[in-house]
Amino acid sequence: MVTTSPPAPTEAHIWQVLEEVSDPEVPVLSIIDLGIVRAVAVAGEHITVTITPTYSGCPAMSAIATDIRLRLLAEGYNQLTIKNQLTPAWTTDWMSLAGRQKLEAYGIAPPIDGTATGHVLNLFGQDTAVRCPLCKSEHTHLVSQFGSTACKALYQCDDCREPFDYFKCHA
Amino acid sequence: MSATQPEQSTATAAQGASPLFPFVLQLADTSLILAHRLSEWCGHGPVLEQDLALANISLDLLGEARSYYQYAAELEGKGRTEDDLAYLRSAVEYRNPLLVEQPNGDFAHTIVRQFLFDNFHYQLLKGLKDGPDARLASIAEKSLKEAAYHLKWSSEWIIRLGDGTDESRKRLDKAIATLWRFAGELTTPTATESQLQELGLVPDYVALWPAIQAHTAHVLAEATVPEPPAPVAQLGGKTGRHSEHLGYLLAELQYLQRTYPGLTW
Repeated sequence: MVTTSPPAPTEAHIWQVLEEVSDPEVPVLSIIDLGIVRAVAVAGEHITVTITPTYSGCPAMSAIATDIRLRLLAEGYNQLTIKNQLTPAWTTDWMSLAGRQKLEAYGIAPPIDGTATGHVLNLFGQDTAVRCPLCKSEHTHLVSQFGSTACKALYQCDDCREPFDYFKCHA
Repeated sequence: MSATQPEQSTATAAQGASPLFPFVLQLADTSLILAHRLSEWCGHGPVLEQDLALANISLDLLGEARSYYQYAAELEGKGRTEDDLAYLRSAVEYRNPLLVEQPNGDFAHTIVRQFLFDNFHYQLLKGLKDGPDARLASIAEKSLKEAAYHLKWSSEWIIRLGDGTDESRKRLDKAIATLWRFAGELTTPTATESQLQELGLVPDYVALWPAIQAHTAHVLAEATVPEPPAPVAQLGGKTGRHSEHLGYLLAELQYLQRTYPGLTW
């Protein structure tokens, strides 16, 4: 077997490679779209990737760390450190525009900036009109703040009646 | 991740241990035990959406507990891991308040337990977020966003049950009568907590109280439920004196590691 030594890693190339690692629970999004890769540092042959969880208990984090490792190994990089970082805490503001468009096309309503539920005393209050990703109507209602994964809420469209996931705004 | 070494080591410098260790462990135990209780609902919720909500909240608390256990293990510095701390300590070593180990009961019971905890937890995290310990502040900053959703959820359910049907109101009243006595322990500092509060490492619970009280009053008023008279607080969990419920809970939670020590996935 002929082995070729990999090119010396550059930060730009690593970012490019990480574009190909997808979120295991929302496979249309790359981890770059999602904004969970916070830093890439290259020191000689050694690569350090810093990631931050979307939610504390997100079970996808260890899967994502493994996927990053495997993807970089496939490129021939084997000196890797994957670091977990909690601060600054992840926010949906870090989700790319491309990511938001991919989400809506996939059938998940993207987060609407500035509508995070920070105001706890606003009981029974909802985020502002969430657009149905299917028929694009804004006549929708919140079914539950807690959806199929920690990062999503459950909505239903009042026009086409379709239930759908909304990627919760988290700022 | 490297440990954030606390600078404030004066209090127990003699023993060489971080004074924060027992407190971080208490936070970890509290979130873990409540997460486990909520996980018992999985597949048994009254409706699918609320089953999902209970599981989501459980998962958030489990994630928070892991962050605390990892930090506690580093603070202790004796080579124990987060798993050792969670799976290999007995009931008397656990430091969670009595409230969170109380059985689920019916849905109203679970909601009242959750509301009492969320209301305190939310204010505590706010205080820790602005505290001097960088690592605790970062965990609190992360968890606070989740705790806001939890408090909104449990508050709304108190209102629905209280201002709902005769049956829901009867069940809510019963849950309040049973569980209200456990709320006081949350804001009653132990000797360890008092010491850390004097050092400024833990928020002063007296300062948190007005916000906790105001939210309780608001939610109960909306629920048309008269505020229960403050009962004598049942204390003990935070100093290791637990109700019998914790032993059964741990027997299930720790079964695998106790039976097959060192087992991994």
